[in-house]
Formats: sequence, structure tokens, C-alpha cells
Amino acid sequence: MEFLYEGLISITWQQVVMWVIGGLLVYLAIAKKLEPPLLLPMGFGAILVNLPLSGVLNQTLPGIGEVTGIIDWLFRVGIETSEAMPLLLFIGIGAMIDFGPLLSNPRLLLFGAAAQFGIFATVTAAVLLGFDLRDAAAIGIIGGADGPTSILVSQVLKSDYIGPIAIAAYSYMALVPIIQPFAIKMCTTEKERKIRMSYNPKSVSRLTRILFPIAVTIIAGLVAPASIALVGFLMFGNLIRECGVLKSLSDSAQKELVNLITLLLGITIAASMQADKFVALDTVKIMGLGLLAFIFDTIAGASFAKFLNFFLKEKINPMVGAAGISAFPMSSRVIQRMGLEADPTNHLLMHAAGANVSGQIASVIAGGVIIGLVPGLL
Amino acid sequence: MNADFFKSLDLMGKGMTAIFVVIIVIYLAVHLILKLSGGRKKEPSEPNPGEV
Repeated sequence: MEFLYEGLISITWQQVVMWVIGGLLVYLAIAKKLEPPLLLPMGFGAILVNLPLSGVLNQTLPGIGEVTGIIDWLFRVGIETSEAMPLLLFIGIGAMIDFGPLLSNPRLLLFGAAAQFGIFATVTAAVLLGFDLRDAAAIGIIGGADGPTSILVSQVLKSDYIGPIAIAAYSYMALVPIIQPFAIKMCTTEKERKIRMSYNPKSVSRLTRILFPIAVTIIAGLVAPASIALVGFLMFGNLIRECGVLKSLSDSAQKELVNLITLLLGITIAASMQADKFVALDTVKIMGLGLLAFIFDTIAGASFAKFLNFFLKEKINPMVGAAGISAFPMSSRVIQRMGLEADPTNHLLMHAAGANVSGQIASVIAGGVIIGLVPGLL
Repeated sequence: MNADFFKSLDLMGKGMTAIFVVIIVIYLAVHLILKLSGGRKKEPSEPNPGEV
């Protein structure tokens, strides 16, 4: 009858720590509403894979041999082999994004590029903390403020830290309303936060909206070919949205596809949250570096706007530059709120939204650039 | 300083340059598309709601 207590005597203290972490993620998702679609499946999955002899993972049974566990299978098929889950999620994300505010004011594209600096600053910080370049690059991509990109890049680079990286990316995206105001106040003055920007809405033609995703795909493919899977799927989703003849597919991509992939992605990532790998000092370091990445991104975006202001007659509110991180739409909402705090009549939402969607494009390009460059440096 | 540190700085230089190059080319392409498609029509001016 020892099989009845075999699980009980196999418990390790690291597994108990993982139950607590899983419980904490579930709590944050439910009670604090922090990225519930991802943190809840990840939290529950963390508990699931850390039960002793868990049947959701591959097990070797005496007399039978290896038995495939569902979460190990999902991880192998959906993430490890083809990065299918994060890529498919990009179709839905692309279908959800309205590039109108960006097309109405294309110079906002530059802020998306500037705000990716946090990625590379974090790579250097991670190297200084003792990670090798491959893992450091995977950790740095947390600064892309884009969960699927973080998962994809860390998987392509064969990093051992995909679990902590995914948790850091999604947790800090949910914490943007706390992190960004702190970072923005560090690098801007009250006077700068009061800068007003008039909003001149321009209607963007349907043809422009259709040509934009095609042009971005071709350009990214020609200049940074490694980014094409990410950019291509994002822009494919956007083309479905903007073409005007695939409303049903667009709706499905935005709702059913995103919901289904998100549901599976969260619990699948749990495969990389097994106690023996996860409960380590490196996980704490990665969480710290992730926070640093978001702070660097915000400061870089705001500082770039301040730099441009030296040359511009019509000044840009540096907070709009800070919205160049990819965490959409949280970041633009934060900037709108901070703009109103500095001056209750100053509305920055549409400018910030333009910079924010630019950050979405730039972060996937950054992911592709890292995948393209890092192997040559190893 | 270990070799990875200098490689990370190399990555930073090349990475940021690559991102800016792609974004600037996209920026120019957007301008071209807007020009060719007669893309932007100014709508009735809508100043910052706070402006009087």
C-alpha cells in the first residue's frame, strides 16, 4: 500500500516553495487583477508540475517505460519545436491593434525604437551579474515589455530561464502603472510633464491602413530577416483587421484565437517552472533585472523625447516618449493619467497610444534583431 | 572585464542601430504611402481639450 504515501514522502522543500509561488500568482491574478489570463494559468500550472511524480510531466514507470505528460507535450509541440504558441498569439495581437494614431503622426515611430534601449542595457547588466551572453540576451528581452516575444526569444536562444523570464515579463507588464510613474518622475521635471501637445486628428485612408502592414513586413524582412516570423505574424493579424473583407476572421483572431492560445500558453510555460530549476538565486536576479529593464526603457524613451526637443519648435512631452515601450495599452493610459495629474487639462492619450503601438512594432523587431545577432557573438 | 561584457556592448551598438534603421525605413515608407494614397486628410481641428 506504499503507493498511497509515495507522493507524500517525495515532497521536497523546493516544491513547497513553488506551491507558494504558484499560489501567489493565482492570488495576484484574482485579487489584484494583474494579467489574470496569464498569471492564473501559470500559477496553477506551477502547482500542477510541482506535485511529486506529477503525471502532467513525462514519467518513467517501472515495467512500462516513458509515459508522456500533457504539459511536457504541450511545451515540446507548442513552444520548443516551433514557437507556434507565441507566434500564433501575435496574429491575434496584430488584429487587436489600431495603428491609426501612429499613421496619423508617424514620427512617433522613433519613440518605439528608443524605448528598446532597456533591452540592451539589461543584457549588459545581466552579463555583469554573471549570466553568459545567451542567457543575458534572453533576460534582456524582458525589456521588450512583450510576453510572447520574451518567450519566443528565450526559447530560440535555448535559455534555461524561460520560466522566470516569462513570469518577469508578464508581471512587470501588469505593474507598468507603478513602475513607469516612478521612472518618469526620476528623469523629468514637473515643467516637462506639463508640456502640451495639440492633437490634430487626420483620417487615415483604408488603402494606407492596408499597405502599412505589408510594407512593414517587407522592410523588416529585408533589413532584419530574423525578425520576420514575429513581425510577419503581427502584421498578418493587422492586415486581417484592416482589409475590411475578413471581419469574421478578424473577430476570431481577436477573441477565440487569443483566448485559446493564452489559456494554453500560461499553463504550458509551467513546464519550465519545475522546482529543481526554478528555486534558485538566478530567478531572483532575473526578477530584479526585469524590473531594471522596464525602468531603463522608460528613461530611454523619455530622454529621447527630451533630446528631440532641442531641435523641435513644437515640443514633445517626454512622457509620450516613455510610452514607446510595448506594454499596450497600459503604458498609454499611465501617460494620460500622469499628464492630467501635471495639468488637469492636458490630454496626451492619442499621442501616447501612437508611441505605444510603435513600441509593439519595435519590440518584435528587437526580438528578431537579438535572435539574428546573438548567435554570431557566441 | 570578461569577454561577454564587451560582446554585450557590441550587441547594444549593433542592436540599437538595426532597430533605428528598420524604424526609420518604415517611417520613410509610411510617408511615401501617405503621399501615394492621399492617406491623411486633416479633420476639423481638435486641439488639446484643455486649450481654450
